Amino acid sequence: MFELLGIPPQALFGQLLLGLINGSFYAILSLGLAIIFGLLNIINFAHGAQYMLGAFVAWMLLNYLGVSYWWALLLAPIIVGITGVILERLLVSRLYHLDHLYGLLLTFGLALIMQGVLRNQYGISGLPYTIPTQLAGGQNLGFMFLPNYRGWVVAASLVVCFATWFVIEKTRLGAYLRAATENPTLVSAFGINVPRMITLTYGFGVALAGFAGVLAAPIYSVNPNMGADLIIVVFAVVVIGGMGSILGSIITGFGLGLIEGLTKVFYPEGSSVVIFVIMAIVLLIKPAGLFGRTA
Amino acid sequence: MRNTGFLLASLAASLMATSALAQDISVKIGVLNDRSGIYADLAGEGSVVAARMAVEDFGAEAKGMKVEIVSADHQNKPDVASTITRQWLDQDGVNAVVDVPTSSAALAVNEIIKGANAAFINSGAGTADLTGVACSPHTVHWTYDTWALANGTGSAMVKQGGDTWFFLTADYAFGHALERDTTAVVEKAGGKVLGHVRHPFPGTDFSSFLLQAQSSGAKVIGLANAGGDTVNAIKQASEFGITQAGQTLAGLLIFANDIHALGLQTAQGLVLTESFYWDMNDSTREWSARFEKIDGDKPSMVQAGVYAGVLHYLKAIEATKTTNADEVVAKMKEMPTDDPLFGKGVIRADGRKIHDMYLFRVKSPEQSKGPWDYYETLETIPAAEAFRPMADGNCPLVK
Amino acid sequence: MTAAVETSGIKVRQVSGGMPRLHIAIFIALLAAGAVAPFLLYPVFVMKVMCFALFACAFNLLLGYTGLLSFGHAAFFGIASYVCAHTAKVWGLTPELAILLGTAAAAVLGLLIGALSIRRQGIYFAMVTLAFAQMVFFFSLQAPFTGGEDGIQAVPRGNLFGLISLKSDFTLYWLVLAITLGGLLAIYRIIHSPFGQVLKAIRENEPRAISLGYRVNRYKLATFVLSAALAGLAGSTKAIVFQLASLTDVHWSMSGEVVLMTLIGGMGTVFGPLVGATVIVTMQNYLATFGAWVTIIQGVTFVVCVMLFREGIVGVISKWIKKPL
Repeated sequence: MFELLGIPPQALFGQLLLGLINGSFYAILSLGLAIIFGLLNIINFAHGAQYMLGAFVAWMLLNYLGVSYWWALLLAPIIVGITGVILERLLVSRLYHLDHLYGLLLTFGLALIMQGVLRNQYGISGLPYTIPTQLAGGQNLGFMFLPNYRGWVVAASLVVCFATWFVIEKTRLGAYLRAATENPTLVSAFGINVPRMITLTYGFGVALAGFAGVLAAPIYSVNPNMGADLIIVVFAVVVIGGMGSILGSIITGFGLGLIEGLTKVFYPEGSSVVIFVIMAIVLLIKPAGLFGRTA
Repeated sequence: MRNTGFLLASLAASLMATSALAQDISVKIGVLNDRSGIYADLAGEGSVVAARMAVEDFGAEAKGMKVEIVSADHQNKPDVASTITRQWLDQDGVNAVVDVPTSSAALAVNEIIKGANAAFINSGAGTADLTGVACSPHTVHWTYDTWALANGTGSAMVKQGGDTWFFLTADYAFGHALERDTTAVVEKAGGKVLGHVRHPFPGTDFSSFLLQAQSSGAKVIGLANAGGDTVNAIKQASEFGITQAGQTLAGLLIFANDIHALGLQTAQGLVLTESFYWDMNDSTREWSARFEKIDGDKPSMVQAGVYAGVLHYLKAIEATKTTNADEVVAKMKEMPTDDPLFGKGVIRADGRKIHDMYLFRVKSPEQSKGPWDYYETLETIPAAEAFRPMADGNCPLVK
Repeated sequence: MTAAVETSGIKVRQVSGGMPRLHIAIFIALLAAGAVAPFLLYPVFVMKVMCFALFACAFNLLLGYTGLLSFGHAAFFGIASYVCAHTAKVWGLTPELAILLGTAAAAVLGLLIGALSIRRQGIYFAMVTLAFAQMVFFFSLQAPFTGGEDGIQAVPRGNLFGLISLKSDFTLYWLVLAITLGGLLAIYRIIHSPFGQVLKAIRENEPRAISLGYRVNRYKLATFVLSAALAGLAGSTKAIVFQLASLTDVHWSMSGEVVLMTLIGGMGTVFGPLVGATVIVTMQNYLATFGAWVTIIQGVTFVVCVMLFREGIVGVISKWIKKPL
């Protein structure tokens, strides 16, 4: 049915656009993971659960307090970020001196707890969350019908990703952060509260996941397992981009979204595995990932 | 609410246990289903509630029967299901296993019960193999199967004018079977299948596949997937304006609780087949109201099937005065069924319970008069046509 | 691998002089417990525990003794269970041959994946193995002989060597007990052989081992293949016990579970994974009625383990009695 040459260029363009939209989620999520890994050396397996938490918080804000989507977009990441800060202070911070493995196992456990609690409370079928009226409807682009909301997702994630990259790579604050990961003792000697900075960084990375969750709520079903399978893919994205590379995770996120989009057209069955194939190849050829610095 | 209901029910069960009547037959029924995963709302605790209600309505206590209900979570995994079933049969003296959604788990349980002295009353699983190549003298498949859903939705849709189809198929054996069965039905009814796309399972983003379906120009997009995949596909189809543009979505395995989760705004216009809907007649409404009081939600067809199946099973025990599986299941097949939810029906020699199926269309928010008012009936598929003819199933029992 | 280094700080003195008495006592106790268990507990449940115990011990051989964290061990466990189920059901092989073929398949797969991934270290190694495991999962979903999500059902238990019927749970039990204890002894032998000593040397200081002239990658690969084969042995046995092979066995959450078992029991200890597997399987079995609570309890176990006793149950005991276990 869909052969390489059988596809009109316009339809292909539509599919690429869709790939870009999925890529936006990969980009925000992998960006958060990369920041946490790069600056804290923690592999945050709870990231998928925190993304799910963002969607749930948005749903709760709307249904219990009547808070609109736009406020939820601001509030939910802050709330999720605060839970992240609490977790970091209580648990994660005690593991920095240990092997990566322990951070991974701890956050994996945390993810299970979050999923289990919400599942007990809200069941598994998922909760409806409607698209805000301002973004309902769509544009007929000629080659495809683009829902306004999807366009907004791409725009919002591009802005957030670029802003984050800018802060970390180009500002003084970002410089402190980067310095603190290289040599915390030296940086604290300059009078900077390193542990607090690290805590806030974790909170920010988690808040990014929460933000992606709110973005996702109206298009994917809000259910306790929404992050469980995604996390594995996002991990692959981070690894392909190079663990801890900020720009790498953004570019790889969008890029893999596109590649996955193309796979969906030419070999739909394989679209769930294509990212892992790429990951295996990249790691075998370029051990530190595409944008990573070799340790 | 759920908990108090549960407590009351167990209190009632324990009261029943203490009442000493002569010539006691004690029966232990195990409700095995998904209590934490994707089918927890479809079956889950609600099925346990339904089974208890059946015991109560049957009046087991007054008839001198001691009925105990146990339950467990099989997590949709065949190996977990098989461990629990073996343990129930070998150690705990369970006489019948009921519900068991998820085809792979149901087939695993079926294999064990085939060679044991126990009955298997399946309500939750879709696979038509249970009464086909895998059929067993101890198994009754109550509520629905994939053949019936494919048949109902496929043929009725063509009759309603939806004669060109495109399939969105979950890429695993179950999805393939749904697509294959529906294709056969559609083509037999004079329709045409324009193409299909296989999406990975489980998937989250279906927009790409939906656009492929849209550009095929088919009148009907058949969703040959289940659970979260179907829900997401429907949600995104509404977002991309696919239904608004005139194509109809046909769900091949979707239930009332999924519609509940989607909301009518998103799900409106979807066409689907079910064997039970709470708002069909006075007796379904009365029963469903009682169920809702305990469970908090309206019953799904799977939960209704558990109720009716357990009720019929207890009647057969009453008639045979034994829990011997060979005799009881034979009696179940011999006696016509009669219950407030599915009405009168029969169980065929291959274990298939026969009743009417219904083609429903999901109402728009304006049409709906209140919570859980979701369906309008498009067509009733008479019992005789609703299920796969026994000869086509290749069940070794009836050869 | 801080914890592993800590536990291994207590050196085993007798490398060639056979087993220390304590270990002999433990093996005898295990044998005794295995002999009594089916009379006290439900045999199928005990067999399940044994299969997972062997799986966890095989995994621990890699993680605990070479410091390589594989996040894709379900691939070996699962593929072996598919091959075993298929050969027993479709080809009609006797169970011991089916189990051997399953194990061999896992070993071959281990050689392939291992050869490609052992060059990477730490988290990258974990990720490469995860990637390959996902491909194996994809293959299992797609390949016609695996039966998709229904898996291979109704696998015959058959007759051992064509003679002894395994239909009864009891008869089968002795076979599984023999396989598990055999596998455990094999792992014990490997760890305490000169080969095992080289592994420890590599784990503790790889550059030193290289400078001593050891071909480090060959040692790692050999361990990887051994670990994969033993995981395959566990998977094949499970297929015969439960008479089915399904996608659960190849899913990545199975890889996660085996990490959990090893961690709880104590990685880098001989008997830890055994204890860990027993704890986890028992928990899953007896908590099955509580639905979603299983997930929560598992999560809490993870957190408590990581925060409070990273050496695992056996690791803590071993520290306490100041003897390696």
